[in-house]
Amino acid sequence: MSLTSNSIDLKQGFIRQFELFEKALNGKSLTDFHQTRKKALKAFEGLGLPDRKTENYKYTPITRSLNKKFRFDYESLGKPTISKEVVDKLLIKDLDAYNIVLINGQYSKELSSVDIELSGLEIRDFKSAYEAQPDLVGTYFAKYANFNEDPFTALNTAFSLDGTFMKVADNVVVDKPVMVYAIADANAANWAVQPRNLVIVGKNSQASIIENYISLGNEPTFTNAVSEIVLDENAYFDYYKLEMQGENAYHVGNTQVYQVRSSTFNATTISLTGSLIRNNLNVVLDDEHCEANMNGLYLLDDHQHVDNQTVVDHKKPNSLSNELYKGILGGSSTGVFNGRIYVRPNAQKTNAFQSNKNILLTDEASINAKPQLEIWADDVKCSHGATTGQLDEEQLFYLRSRGIGQQEARSLLLYAFAMDALEKVKIDVLREYIDHHINTRLNK
Amino acid sequence: MLSIKNLHASIEDKEILKGINLDVKAGEVHAIMGPNGSGKSTLASVLAGREDYEITQGSVDFLGNDLLSMETEERAREGLFLAFQYPVEIPGVSSTNFLKTALNQIREYRGQEPLDAVSFLSLMKEKMNLVEIDKSLLSRSLNEGFSGGEKKRNEVFQMAMLEPKLAILDETDSGLDIDALKIVANGVNTLKSKDNATIVVTHYQRLLEYIVPDFVHVLYNGKIVKSGSKDLALELEEKGYDWIKEAEPTH
Ligand SMILES: Nc1ncnc2c1ncn2[C@@H]1O[C@H](COP(=O)(O)OP(=O)(O)OP(=O)(O)O)[C@@H](O)[C@H]1O
Ligand SMILES: [Mg+2]
Repeated sequence: MSLTSNSIDLKQGFIRQFELFEKALNGKSLTDFHQTRKKALKAFEGLGLPDRKTENYKYTPITRSLNKKFRFDYESLGKPTISKEVVDKLLIKDLDAYNIVLINGQYSKELSSVDIELSGLEIRDFKSAYEAQPDLVGTYFAKYANFNEDPFTALNTAFSLDGTFMKVADNVVVDKPVMVYAIADANAANWAVQPRNLVIVGKNSQASIIENYISLGNEPTFTNAVSEIVLDENAYFDYYKLEMQGENAYHVGNTQVYQVRSSTFNATTISLTGSLIRNNLNVVLDDEHCEANMNGLYLLDDHQHVDNQTVVDHKKPNSLSNELYKGILGGSSTGVFNGRIYVRPNAQKTNAFQSNKNILLTDEASINAKPQLEIWADDVKCSHGATTGQLDEEQLFYLRSRGIGQQEARSLLLYAFAMDALEKVKIDVLREYIDHHINTRLNK
Repeated sequence: MLSIKNLHASIEDKEILKGINLDVKAGEVHAIMGPNGSGKSTLASVLAGREDYEITQGSVDFLGNDLLSMETEERAREGLFLAFQYPVEIPGVSSTNFLKTALNQIREYRGQEPLDAVSFLSLMKEKMNLVEIDKSLLSRSLNEGFSGGEKKRNEVFQMAMLEPKLAILDETDSGLDIDALKIVANGVNTLKSKDNATIVVTHYQRLLEYIVPDFVHVLYNGKIVKSGSKDLALELEEKGYDWIKEAEPTH
């Protein structure tokens, strides 16, 4: 009835499901790994699901949506069966990549194609990676994404079982991107899909990953993903997140990045479809001469809601972070951008820039943008800005006066607006794929 | 080709055009002169279809169509072109992509096949030579960071690309040095034929030495108060507008 009592029900439901989950693990519940899960569940019990009073989720009524849409029925969870033909249609054509297919968070050996010839590179499912090398995985797992702070990180950690594992040794330039198709199958089960990804990139190495979140079927799906990315000295990593789920998809994603000396991280987060999306992107710059570039683009329509929360934590001097998020909001959609920058007391000579720009296409669409800079060092260069506007009528008139139709002129201008958020997309085939989807959307 | 009858237009309840009458036939060049704020750009904008203005009276016929009932893009596709007094900058839209889209939408409207990449590029090359516009300008975003003169030249380049039936040049000469002016005039003259027409809005006789008008009109306070031959432009250059203001109204 009231929001609070509902969220307790949902919370109790998850706790009950955890017991069933433990039983299903069949004796594997004595490992260190499982101890971490139990700690995470405890943390989740303490944190609870966010409600209107939870500052971090104030503008994103995720708990209300989950209550309304889901029965979360763990016992009925069968192994989903999706045919190869169906999955083939979802793949990005001509993209030369290591393909990982996760169906409802579980690795599908049949549908994935990971054929590695390069030495020093390991790409596999998280589950077998852990079973084969528990000490290694245990060194990193849940050490970066803090389950004591975010309830969804806690929930994912408690239920973590499978996902993508990638480890790049020192001095390796990975030849192709890792392409993760995280497919939520709404036909099979009404259940929280909780993929867990871990990426470790060694010294002087270079790699990239594309996480593509997709859903099948029209039933509601809830995906709660966590990715931990650890970059060693002078590592270079490109991270792409594409959100292309169905109209009834709910998504919370936590991406936690940890960087040391001279490493570079580039993120591009693109939200195209899905009912409600919350992206937490947290980057810790724990050394000098690190660089983090975080771009984002969201195209919203109807009643879509997308909330991007970013945190950049400058802990040491001489690092750079640069953030550009752009949004085009139509229909009655709502957007949230909350960018936090911390500059710790000894992080002198930090450069931290942040910009969020939005175009509202209708009077009903709205955006809530909130930069939060907390700077304890004095010799730094930081800037932030947020703008919200409409399409420029003068530009529109100019294009139309040359014979370009109203619709085409609008989409040319909107694409031009969106474009600089895509400048870190360096894989040509991926860029074409994204462009195609953006243009289709803008021409709608 | 163009027939304007008793055209009245206002913005925010302020009447700017107060009964314009003008006939332009194929093959003709008309010059419109007049002091600042007299309504020259307003007239050009209304013809191009800018929606900020309210047409309160009058009619405009363009090649047998009721111009005022047409959308801006439709007017362009029918062959109307306005070279803007102040072309806008459009960051992120490449000049090439823009022109290709425009040209092909116009062609589609006329039932023609779209130009393939090769033909488009060779057309670009030809017209670039005509108006001597630098290739590097066109590889940039549309008008972004262009100098005043470069923007004007780009307007004439677009005109050359789109080959309109009626071109309205709104102070395309201002901001151009004498060499650029000659090039622009040469472009306009080369495109001139017995089937198309040009209206040049200008403050200066200088341009009219190169683009020789068949008629010169003086627009003052929202009306055409005097029309004459090209000699009228010389007279205006010499005497200014005061003698016309005093002689008003002639209509
Ligand atoms: N958007 C507007 N809102 C209010 N008044 C306007 C608007 N646009 C034009 N005007 C007014 O209409 C009148 C005519 O302007 P217009 O630009 O047509 O003059 P012009 O003859 O082209 O002048 P110039 O020689 O300076 O280019 C001016 O008084 C101007 O201030
Ligand atoms: Mg003017």
